[in-house]
Amino acid sequence: MLAATRLLRTSALRSVRWCSVRVGSKEYFDDLVAQKKVVVFMKGTPNAPRCGFSNAVVQIFRMHGVEYNAHNVLEDETIRQGIKEYSEWPTIPQVYINKEFVGGCDILLQMHQNGELIEELQKVGISSALLEAETGQGDKSDK
Amino acid sequence: MLFVKKDEQVKSLNRWTWCKCTCLHLTIFFISGGPVELLIKNKLNEALHPSHMEIVNESFMHNVPPGSETHFKILVVSEAFDGLPLIKRHRLVNTTLDEELKTGVHALSIVAKTPAQWSENPQQIESSPACRGGFGK
Repeated sequence: MLAATRLLRTSALRSVRWCSVRVGSKEYFDDLVAQKKVVVFMKGTPNAPRCGFSNAVVQIFRMHGVEYNAHNVLEDETIRQGIKEYSEWPTIPQVYINKEFVGGCDILLQMHQNGELIEELQKVGISSALLEAETGQGDKSDK
Repeated sequence: MLFVKKDEQVKSLNRWTWCKCTCLHLTIFFISGGPVELLIKNKLNEALHPSHMEIVNESFMHNVPPGSETHFKILVVSEAFDGLPLIKRHRLVNTTLDEELKTGVHALSIVAKTPAQWSENPQQIESSPACRGGFGK
């Protein structure tokens, strides 16, 4: 009985929380970008990107073996416009690491090329697969 | 008789001027791209005084009508970027072209370098990733 009441209370609380947060509002995006260490707003899905720039971001994170939350902005116009205002950034894709806006495709690509991405991922406790592959190879060559 | 000659002269002169004007306009159109491209160029020139700038209209690579001016790639080399991290450089360009991005320009790929970086490694502007359908905008 007590458990049931508690369950009811939490679900009621949750629904109140969701009701009070308007889709596309600042609070809504605050919550969305906090749900995972890496969050991407893109066109299409990681398995079927609908834009070359979004695809590039997917490929970069795939190389680094990073798990992330992806939001398809083509599914919801409110999110598509809302995220542009939230980040004050006019284009999609948009990448967030640890709730902080990192940039779009160009910036991520450059960070990937100059090694900065590996550092940024490390700061939030994500070890890049590229780094692991490199150290793995290093070990082999040492032997 | 004299008047007729003068008239003809004026006519042929007009025709010649018209021809020259059209040719000039066509040349300007083909060399400098469409009106939006020109606007982007002017705005960036005014705001950032770049020492080098390249603008490529990549709209033809996307699912938009021929002759569109929706997808651009720009390379800007400017002292204004000195000491600024990449994200701030991009924001500077985005803010300069805020109006265009709100009205018709849909994709903007940016390479922003300082003159020092540029002289170290002057690169050719690379083509953007291939379009994957999108929604025609």
